Amino acid sequence: MHPYATTVRSVSPPPVRRTAALVALVVVLLLAFAASLALGSRWLGPGALWHALAANTGSDADVIVRNLRFPRTVVAVLIGLCLGIAGTLMQGHTRNALAEPGIFGVSSGAALAVVLGLQLGLVESVSSTVWVALLGALIATFGVQQLASRGTGATPVGLALTGAAVAAMLGALTSAIVLLDADTLDSYRFWAVGSVAGRGLDVAGQVLPFVVVGLLLAVVNARDLDMLALGDDVAAGLGLSIRRARLVGLGAIGLLTAAGVAACGPIGFLGLLSGHVARRIFGARNTWLIPAAGVIGATALVLADLVGRLVGGAGEVQAGVVLGIVGAPLFVLVVRRRAVAL
Amino acid sequence: MRSRTVVLSVLFAALAIVIALVSLSVGTTKLPLADVVEVLLGGGRRGTRLIVLELRLPRVATGLLVGIAFAVSGALLQTLSRNPLASPDIVGVNSGASAGAVAVIVLAGTGGGNISGFAAKVGIPLAALLGGLLATLIVGALSIQRGMVDAGRVVLIGVGIAAAANSLVAWLLVIGDVNDAGRAAAWLAGSLNSREWSDALPVLGAVVLLLPVAMMFNRDLSALVLGDDVASSLGVRVARIRLALLVIATVLAAMATAGAGPIAFVALVAPQVAQRLTRMERPPLVTAATLGALFVVLADLLARNGLQWAQIGPYELPVGVVTAACGAPYLLHLIGRQQKGR
Repeated sequence: MHPYATTVRSVSPPPVRRTAALVALVVVLLLAFAASLALGSRWLGPGALWHALAANTGSDADVIVRNLRFPRTVVAVLIGLCLGIAGTLMQGHTRNALAEPGIFGVSSGAALAVVLGLQLGLVESVSSTVWVALLGALIATFGVQQLASRGTGATPVGLALTGAAVAAMLGALTSAIVLLDADTLDSYRFWAVGSVAGRGLDVAGQVLPFVVVGLLLAVVNARDLDMLALGDDVAAGLGLSIRRARLVGLGAIGLLTAAGVAACGPIGFLGLLSGHVARRIFGARNTWLIPAAGVIGATALVLADLVGRLVGGAGEVQAGVVLGIVGAPLFVLVVRRRAVAL
Repeated sequence: MRSRTVVLSVLFAALAIVIALVSLSVGTTKLPLADVVEVLLGGGRRGTRLIVLELRLPRVATGLLVGIAFAVSGALLQTLSRNPLASPDIVGVNSGASAGAVAVIVLAGTGGGNISGFAAKVGIPLAALLGGLLATLIVGALSIQRGMVDAGRVVLIGVGIAAAANSLVAWLLVIGDVNDAGRAAAWLAGSLNSREWSDALPVLGAVVLLLPVAMMFNRDLSALVLGDDVASSLGVRVARIRLALLVIATVLAAMATAGAGPIAFVALVAPQVAQRLTRMERPPLVTAATLGALFVVLADLLARNGLQWAQIGPYELPVGVVTAACGAPYLLHLIGRQQKGR
């Protein structure tokens, strides 16, 4: 029995408590949203916020809230939702506690595709980046999963290392292209750090179709995942088409990751963090786990962006960096726990 | 040493010297091999002497030394952890050293893409050493279980710490001036472009001082391969020797990273190939060292001239692109073997 599969059988909390927990998570997200509008290099009180949202007269505070803080916070919510759900879906499908877009080499696949697109002049706007990033993300997801499951199937160690190996190779190719062209480097380095700063509502609008389709597929897939967790044979016996369930899952993961990478660049550890926190609170039922992980991911990205804005002073620390530094200890914690029996 | 090991070491050393001579003779100004040898023996015309001794020899010498340092570091770490995947690139030493060095390049940069004098000569190696040691310290402390360093955890935790260090590097690239970022990006790919004698010196110092020390532990290393219990019953003070060798391996990798950037996979591949070819139970230090030197000069020769030979353009690639392109498939192969072994 795979060690990670045992958690699937663990008992979920009763429905009333799960509902209460989900409501609490949404309230925390709303508080984080409000804090993200209020805090920054200039502190704005509730009155000023209300004025900006309800009675905009174009004052400085109104402009800051409406044009700067509100758009980036919306983008953070949307992309956090995507990456939290994508990571949790990956953990479910691979039955692997370490599965996460950042670790899977997916981001480096998307990065290589975006750099190639920039270099060849295929990519100019974010909407064209989405298609290119989607293609790169899907190829990398599929490739790493295939490579890691040769032989006995993907162990956590095998998966993490395969992801690292593929990321190293794709990273070398990316840097080769970037180094031959200073303009590409200049666009790439701002994209590669992973940030929601300066991303407007137009960006959110452009990735929205991908997000909507990805979320729909994820909702459909959540119930299938609960059956898959019983083992492929049992799931097939219950009338589930395993092939279709895997394909739907892969589609959801690819669309959600690509939307995230295209809009904000590679942001790591978000799926790992959301999946594990959600599992702690909600147990193993995917129909609860997946929406909860989305809310947690959104909250985490909004908070990471806010922290980066507050500690950076004049220059900001990008949300991707904050999550990288916060995420590594979490990764270590997961590795040290017995969930990843080595 | 057994005769097979001696023969292979001599063979690799001879090949490395031949490739180094070829590397000294080709380039924008092609020189006959005879002239190169004449210059090295103290003769030759002034123009030839300038090209060989001032422009090309520092680069080639840095390459040879860096190859030795990475390979010995990898051989030590792989023996200590009894894990072929535990090379400094995987367990976070190179990423930590990179973060330190990039911090100096970006923060001490003048904005012109150049840093010079004290900051470059002392600052980069020192920062790389501190970054590498810090990463080793964190990874080592976190992977201790019941008083012992757990071999499997070292690798996984190393991947996590490397991810955190890499997000720091991405942030440093963003806050820097574009020219400094370009210099750092070139360095990050693992490059021997325009090395001077001052780049080779710290690596030379580390190799000359530490390789003999490491050789003195040869008998203990052979005992450690048999397992800690057997080793201590043979009179090896396991904990103390492990710490000493860990420090030596870290200093070698950090100095090599300071000299030429985190050239990928040399530390992983050279010891493994040396072990296979010599049919020993652990990577032999001298054979690994000569093979590492051969890998790096060969990869640099290809990186420097490959695109011209293929008629693609007058560009030079960083050496790390070539080693990554060759090393990553080998790493995937190794992971596949480990997975099947389970």
